[in-house]
Amino acid sequence: MLKIVNVKRVGSDAEEVLFVDGDKILGWNLAVDADVTLDGGGGTIVPALIELHAHLREPGQEEKEDLASGLAAAAAGGYGTVVSMPNTSPVVDDPAIVRQLAEKAARLGFARLRPAAALTKGQQGKELAELALLKDAGAAMFTDDGRTNEDARVLRLGLEYASSLDMVVSVHAEDATLRADGVMHEGEVSEALGLPGNPAEAESARVARDIEIARLTKARLHVQHLSTARALDLVRRAKADGVPITCEVCPHHLTLTHEHLRGFDAQYKVAPPLRTSEDAAALLRGLSDGTVDAVGTDHAPHTSSEKERDLLTAPFGIPSIEVAFPLMYTRFADTLGLQKLVDLFTSGAARVMGWDAPTLEPGAPADLTILDLDTERAVEPSTFRSKAKFSPWAGEVLRGWPTLTLVAGRVAFQRGA
Amino acid sequence: MTRSLLDFADWTAEQVQAIFDTADVMHEVLARPVKKVPALQGMTICTAFFENSTRTRLSFELAARRMSADVVTFAAGASSLSKGESLRDTIETLNALGVDAFIVRHEASGAAHLVNKYSAKPTINAGDGRRAHPTQALLDAYTLREKFGSLEGKKITIVGDVRHSRVARSNAELLPMLGASVTLCGPATLLPKELARRGVTLTTDVNEAVKGADAVMALRLQRERMNAGYLGSLEEYAATYQVNEALMERARDGAFVLHPGPMNRDVEISGSLADSPRALIVRQVENGLAVRMSVLYHLLVGRGA
Repeated sequence: MLKIVNVKRVGSDAEEVLFVDGDKILGWNLAVDADVTLDGGGGTIVPALIELHAHLREPGQEEKEDLASGLAAAAAGGYGTVVSMPNTSPVVDDPAIVRQLAEKAARLGFARLRPAAALTKGQQGKELAELALLKDAGAAMFTDDGRTNEDARVLRLGLEYASSLDMVVSVHAEDATLRADGVMHEGEVSEALGLPGNPAEAESARVARDIEIARLTKARLHVQHLSTARALDLVRRAKADGVPITCEVCPHHLTLTHEHLRGFDAQYKVAPPLRTSEDAAALLRGLSDGTVDAVGTDHAPHTSSEKERDLLTAPFGIPSIEVAFPLMYTRFADTLGLQKLVDLFTSGAARVMGWDAPTLEPGAPADLTILDLDTERAVEPSTFRSKAKFSPWAGEVLRGWPTLTLVAGRVAFQRGA
Repeated sequence: MTRSLLDFADWTAEQVQAIFDTADVMHEVLARPVKKVPALQGMTICTAFFENSTRTRLSFELAARRMSADVVTFAAGASSLSKGESLRDTIETLNALGVDAFIVRHEASGAAHLVNKYSAKPTINAGDGRRAHPTQALLDAYTLREKFGSLEGKKITIVGDVRHSRVARSNAELLPMLGASVTLCGPATLLPKELARRGVTLTTDVNEAVKGADAVMALRLQRERMNAGYLGSLEEYAATYQVNEALMERARDGAFVLHPGPMNRDVEISGSLADSPRALIVRQVENGLAVRMSVLYHLLVGRGA
């Protein structure tokens, strides 16, 4: 039995006590004895955050990240559950790999791991992977993320097959031919810098196609990391039409723009690229009006030396799993409110995955996070649990840092510990 | 004076004028029997060429040697990065060897900025991706100034593959600063509309572009552009956009012709026009040496020019 004293619930100033029995929540403010007491420090307690889009790089690219560093980083970011992307080496398209990942993660005891599996063999976009066996092995969703699904018929078949398994398919929605060799948003800045551009329409054209395929198949389609106002508007209209579609946005697309690339710093190189301030504002409106279902980080760790290359050869990706919530809270709590923000990181992500919404009610899994909404602290990449010790927000002073993350009743992260 | 020459973003017309004035002096040096001055004696200049370019490298190396600098050359194909060594590691290694200044050519836009960031030494951009080739623009402007006296009010037209041209981008930065107007012209696929700004107009109509021009610069057209789908054929390009005698009829009487080289004769420029007295192509190369000597002098020796 564990009790957490001196915590508040969202929207309340009352100090309360939460009791945890084993891996379940027992209840609030009970008159029972606990073996262990944790002091919440007056923080706000919420269900542990759910990350539906992280690159943990294992197997095959452990120099960038591995399960231990990635899941520890996730717990430090307040996450209790992480959906990992399958674009590893080898690709997660084999039920044995899904099992290995899940078993290793369970031994580590940081955040829970729910591996996503590839939709197609080798993520080649040609033949469907063994979707039924992958689901049996524990795959949480199917995606060829990191690749774009160029063959519309294969995506159709994948959606139909996944739908029969009651599984969601998520897509990196970019027309690869229109994107071409673009390394940043195509526009005034890319031309001024002399860098090949990736037009906003590469995303909206592909989202338009995928909406039609979802309409055709009536299968659940999730669009990852939307970056443009146009594509978001297409999703908004598709939802109004009743198309079973969900979407996520990433903290970097909300807080950074293509203007940040003017210093030629490859830390800002990401796919889809940082767009205009108008796009970022439209994405924020999408969060407010419910068009956007969840915030996913697209945490994409790389080695520092890779990111010190020039913008043509540096890899795409921004690591953010440890700063996502405080960043979003500091920038947007006034606009969105705390409850909405927490929902985007918890119940919204669960809805995308087809999971029950997490709660702090008796009987629910003891996955919870305490947030310190008051103390200001600068982003210090050298302290990251992630192997990626760099951040475009380095030095930025944020509030809303997680101080404790409990997963299945175990302490997965405690600040200062 | 700016400590590095990466592009013209933080340069003024007065600073450019100072470069030109010193280039006049360097011309005198180059006319002497002993074409050498001790200005950079004891300094080591590294030409870091991550992308091949014999002509530009020779021009810079000769410029440095004429001023008594030691020159070390780092020549690497694009493969050095794929071997795993980052640009930062490469530059920090060279820096540790005691290099005083870097002259950088790289296929990636912005690479010269990174070299400058990692070395904190004076850096000259000798061409980075599509981004900038400032000494080429300086020698172009210097060559035109030599003919016109001043660039104020002159119309300079640049025809060709503007999209992939660092020469066009640098000229579109520099020439308006010196009072000229620039017209960029090429097929729509090779003419990014975002380049239009004050002093720079875009058109796909080459006849309109050259009309009344005081000078016309042809840009090199690469065969790869056809394979990449930008063009139907080189023949079609030549028939439509070639800078030749007939096209020059529309320009001002006696208008000059430039080309940054190397030329594809009878593709972007007719061979006969390139050999004509109005072509300044050889003079551009000669002036390049004096201009680069001047740039080195100002960055490494000059104070508040």
